[in-house]
Amino acid sequence: MSSPADLADQGAARATARTDSFDGLRLENVTKSFGSFTAVDDLDLDVPRGSFFALLGPSGCGKTTTLRMVAGLETPTSGGITLAGNDITYAKPYKRPVNTVFQSYALFPHLDIHENVAFGLKRRKVGNVDAQVTEMLELVELESQARKKPAQLSGGQQQRVALARALINKPEVLLLDEPLGALDLKLRRNMQLELKRIQTEVGLTFIHVTHDQEEAMTMADTVAVMNAGVIEQMGAPQELYENPRTTFVANFLGQSNLIGGTIKSRAADVVTVDMHGVDVSIPAARCHADGDEGWIGIRPEKVLIGDPGEQLDAPGNSIPGGVVTDVSFVGVSTQYQVRMPWGQEIQVFAQNTGHRRIYRPGESVELSWRPDYAFLLDASQDAKAGAQEGTD
Amino acid sequence: MAEMTRRRGLTGYLLLVPGVVWLALFFVIPFYSLVAASLFDPGGSVFSGYEMTWHVQNYWDALKEYGKPNSWSDWGPLLRSFWYAGLSTVICLVLGYVLAYAIAFKAGRWKNLMLVLVIAPFFTSFLVRTLAWKLILGDDGPVVSVLQAVHILGADGRLLATPVAVIAGIVYNFLPFMVLPLYASLDKIDHRLIEASGDLYANPFVGFFKVTWPLSLPGVVSGTLLTFIPAAGDYINAQLLGSTNQRMIGNVIQNLFTDANDYPAAAALSMILMVVIIAMVLFYVRRAGTEELL
Repeated sequence: MSSPADLADQGAARATARTDSFDGLRLENVTKSFGSFTAVDDLDLDVPRGSFFALLGPSGCGKTTTLRMVAGLETPTSGGITLAGNDITYAKPYKRPVNTVFQSYALFPHLDIHENVAFGLKRRKVGNVDAQVTEMLELVELESQARKKPAQLSGGQQQRVALARALINKPEVLLLDEPLGALDLKLRRNMQLELKRIQTEVGLTFIHVTHDQEEAMTMADTVAVMNAGVIEQMGAPQELYENPRTTFVANFLGQSNLIGGTIKSRAADVVTVDMHGVDVSIPAARCHADGDEGWIGIRPEKVLIGDPGEQLDAPGNSIPGGVVTDVSFVGVSTQYQVRMPWGQEIQVFAQNTGHRRIYRPGESVELSWRPDYAFLLDASQDAKAGAQEGTD
Repeated sequence: MAEMTRRRGLTGYLLLVPGVVWLALFFVIPFYSLVAASLFDPGGSVFSGYEMTWHVQNYWDALKEYGKPNSWSDWGPLLRSFWYAGLSTVICLVLGYVLAYAIAFKAGRWKNLMLVLVIAPFFTSFLVRTLAWKLILGDDGPVVSVLQAVHILGADGRLLATPVAVIAGIVYNFLPFMVLPLYASLDKIDHRLIEASGDLYANPFVGFFKVTWPLSLPGVVSGTLLTFIPAAGDYINAQLLGSTNQRMIGNVIQNLFTDANDYPAAAALSMILMVVIIAMVLFYVRRAGTEELL
């Protein structure tokens, strides 16, 4: 399995070998409007060859429209799409080396599993179809179901047929449109691992569209978070999670506490922010705010909870005066709501390591975190953007 | 408890009563009387009464008289009926498929209006509409004038009293019976399947024959049956738009019942028509692989 860094290196190597041509999938200034509604707005996107790329966003963010433009099922209003240097913006879907695993699978109900999987090969008049189909059905462990009709299979099996039907054509890019959405949790976990295994095995470029942040993070090398037709941020899952650049990314990918603050000073490597009377420092590389105001962001699991005056994880940012308002014990961790002196409730997830006691509602506590974990976001953004009702 | 169960069981049978009575009155009794009439002594008449003599010979006589071709150009009423009905069904299928496809996939917000237009002719009588065709296709009518002007028809050429007029009439009258079942099965097709076929390297033409057409087969089968069966027994179109050279089996049966008063021959011919149609339908449905329709 190649890491994103390796892939970037490979990409760079190829780019120099072929001068200014990029051999992956490239979307340049792509815009798609439906009447007055702009589904995708001036999108630029490079997907390196051989990567597992996830487009993550809430429903209606334009990710499926982007996918359909790559598949050729929609034509961009403006902009261009190239694949390995060839312009495919207006190419017919049946002329592109791109295949799709549809959200609803779209298996042909009148054909059996074998015929469904053979469909693409037969259209291209490839020889030796039966042997290839058998091999592909073995890969997805469905060789015994070859003569059944799609309706006779379970959801998970149908999903694998849809995958086999697309994969057998060895497309340059495989598009996956929320293919796991209809499966139950356990099956979805298995399929995630299986998809990842197959992608590593065959080495094709996968573009996976999903609204499930956990799915995107576990499977993809690179995740692009999309919102309202634009990409908010793109990078390796860990990078996106640890150093989000917008409030949308901070809230959509996991959970974040966002606390308003005023910037006091900017040094070369550290920014000091006045957070309701407490000075907190944030590494300059994690500051994404231009003005004097900003949202200080900290992940709930990075916040430590301790008795008043207790210096946990020093030298850290310590914020006294919290009162526990809610405690939920979830086994592996304990989740606290702590009301701060300025009235805001901060979420804290504490691992149940057994080293520390569990606090009760009403107790006074002091919160602290390491400066390296905090990030600073632009105050002009909505602190609630991307926040989901409940957590997964 | 037992009382309630028994009453519930009884309710089921009571609910069946109206349907059973209906079928008995309007299907079993007429059918029985038709079978009986086909076996009456042909020597009787409506006025003197018929005798039941199990005269199976009626069938052979009817077949000999109406079922065999007289010459290369005159096929006789029975074969002509199947030929006209078959050709009309094929024409209806082609026209109806295009129309149903357009309504199901391309009409957008005009869908309902177009469906209403398909059904609209039913608001006037079948007879009146066919008489209107007599005017349209008449010797001084617009169609003949245009065809004469472009020399497709000669100066004294005509359409009435030709197979063209009869088949045109049948196609017109039975087209809605083709369009509606075709529309119903085309409309059910998931558009994503057609997208998927395009994604899997099928151009629109191949995609149609590999995906859309097979998925619309139930509609094709029920549409062709709904057109062919009544068309084979139709007599209005041949009566109003054709001449004696275009006589169909329906005209013969009608004539035997109402003018010649030869009930045994008319009944035997009706039975033959029915048996042949059932045999053809069974064969067709088997071949089409849509047994679940029956």
